[in-house]
Amino acid sequence: MSTLAIKNLHASVDGAEILRGIDLEINSGEVHALMGPNGSGKSTLSHVLMGRSDYEVTQGSVTLDGVELLGLPTWRRAELGLFLVMQYPVEVPGVTVGDLVTAALKVRGVATNGVGDLVAAEAGRLGVRDEFLRRGVNNEFSGGEKKRVETLQLAALAPRFAVLDEIDSGLDVDALRDVARRVEEMTSESDLGVLAITHYDRLLGELHPDWVHILLNGHIVRTGGPELAQELERTGYEGINDSPK
Amino acid sequence: MTNPFSPAAARAISGPSWLVKRRVDAAEKLATTAWPSATEEIWRYSRVDDFDPERYHPDPRPTKPETAPGGGPFAAEVGARAGLVVIHNGHVVHRELDDALAAQGVWLGDIADAEEKARERLGTVTDSSSDAFTLLHDGFMTGGACLHVPEGVVIEKPVVVVHWSEGDGAAIFPHTLLIAEPGSEVTLVERAASASAAKGMLVDAVVELLVDDRAHVRYVGVQEHGPQTWQIALQRAHLGREATLRSSAVALGGEYARLRSESILLGEGAESDLLAVYFGDGDQMLDFRTLQEHRAPRTRSDLLFKGAVEDNARSVYSGLVHLLPDADKAKAYQTNRNLVLTEGASAESIPNLIIEANDVQCSHASTVGPIDEDQLYYLETRGIPPEDAERLIILGFFDDVFDRLPVPDLVGSLRRSVIDKLERCTA
Repeated sequence: MSTLAIKNLHASVDGAEILRGIDLEINSGEVHALMGPNGSGKSTLSHVLMGRSDYEVTQGSVTLDGVELLGLPTWRRAELGLFLVMQYPVEVPGVTVGDLVTAALKVRGVATNGVGDLVAAEAGRLGVRDEFLRRGVNNEFSGGEKKRVETLQLAALAPRFAVLDEIDSGLDVDALRDVARRVEEMTSESDLGVLAITHYDRLLGELHPDWVHILLNGHIVRTGGPELAQELERTGYEGINDSPK
Repeated sequence: MTNPFSPAAARAISGPSWLVKRRVDAAEKLATTAWPSATEEIWRYSRVDDFDPERYHPDPRPTKPETAPGGGPFAAEVGARAGLVVIHNGHVVHRELDDALAAQGVWLGDIADAEEKARERLGTVTDSSSDAFTLLHDGFMTGGACLHVPEGVVIEKPVVVVHWSEGDGAAIFPHTLLIAEPGSEVTLVERAASASAAKGMLVDAVVELLVDDRAHVRYVGVQEHGPQTWQIALQRAHLGREATLRSSAVALGGEYARLRSESILLGEGAESDLLAVYFGDGDQMLDFRTLQEHRAPRTRSDLLFKGAVEDNARSVYSGLVHLLPDADKAKAYQTNRNLVLTEGASAESIPNLIIEANDVQCSHASTVGPIDEDQLYYLETRGIPPEDAERLIILGFFDDVFDRLPVPDLVGSLRRSVIDKLERCTA
């Protein structure tokens, strides 16, 4: 079993502190939902975990099975088993999803002769049409196609932990269900640990989190079971006490 | 020193009398025309001020009757074909055409041997877009490829023209004349190269694409000239009613390689797509001037030029979309994207738009910059190190255009050239 442990994480953007001491521990096979209104620091957390250069970590640690990730380049964090499903996947003309998976597996020393079959099989499970495998990744894809292809890469690269940054934004009900179902299968088939960042409980109806955390002003202010999402649905974020527990 | 490009020099080159007369007329006009300078807008940023005609000599004869029979691997790499013309130093040295097409009246051969009805359309584009270099071209052209597709004839496989030029100081004037009569369809692929060892060559080329009413033409022009070759080329298409042109240019070679690419939409409903990809390295300069000129209603044009520069290379893209008063309900789009891969390299991008018609749709976009940070980050989040990610993004940038070329067999060779350039890059 693997553990992703976030301890007292503080981070700033352009000198403004956005994350003010996050503590969170995720084990293999668990699904954690992180909910919060716009500006609470949700997306910042996802990019800080992945090591995006425009975020400055001022305190704390993030370890994957005891290995400190902070200070490592993004690609090393991915190689060690962390995967970020982006809220806004970037268009890369002329680079297909197969090219990406091949390049990533090569770095890991994994044989790449089966990539075509692997990508085709995952495309089948996720309902991704062939033309989206031939085109540059995300190039003129709809919101749903982007998220299906993000999930396809997640499945093909089989990391230990996945951060889903608003995977539910910009996609229709069918795509949401297909994507959530595939992620849920990975939690049981390959023990994937999941941090699902969202501000709607629509996703959680499909993904069935074990834990729900509420992020306000850079702190996790409440942690509970799935019932917390339902409470939030009733009260809104205004009803949540924003002092850290 | 005597002028190597005088009317007397033009007269001295052999050929049929009509061609000699045409040459002399042009050379006489040239004698009273000043060479352009970089102070003129159309030559801004160019290297034209370094041009010295006395460095070159006209009509270098092929050293051997035919260095590569049938164009050799250079032609073979283009893939299956319906016909082939091989041009060595501006002289046609080989031609072949599918018998069935010849029986349908298709004519492929040397312009110098072309029949009257093709000959009378020779010079259509140079006459309407002339400058000192088209006069120089007309004054010293020794022939060239002529493809005449009669009304309604459809040619499935591409017709291939290969140009091979060599010789220190040689000035070569390749000419291509495509006449696609009403309702015909054809794909013409031209591949040009010059010897990498040749010192100081000049290739002054003209491509005329006459796309008559309802004709559909696909054209691919690839230049892989040697590092000491200057290319100054004009490619111009005249499109009739409901005619379509899908043109692609690939520019990889040359010391200074300039292409004027012009599409004139003369007939209602005509459509033109201009695509180009270029990659400069070392001290190369690649220079593009484009024109999408709409003269009729409901015409559509789309342009996508994508290029990269590395080392100390430079590129220029200057493009004009011009919608004349008759071009109601026209649509015109223009996009130029440049990747600047090293600090010493630079790219200029100047899109222009003149609208004199009503109810039109136009857009233009241009970008110049290094590899996109967001793309790099995206690839890194998949576990791809930055050096690998950069290479993938650059190759993808080119593949995005290569994948649209109507000659898939040639893509492997073009990709190898791109990879060679990337590997040569020192920065």
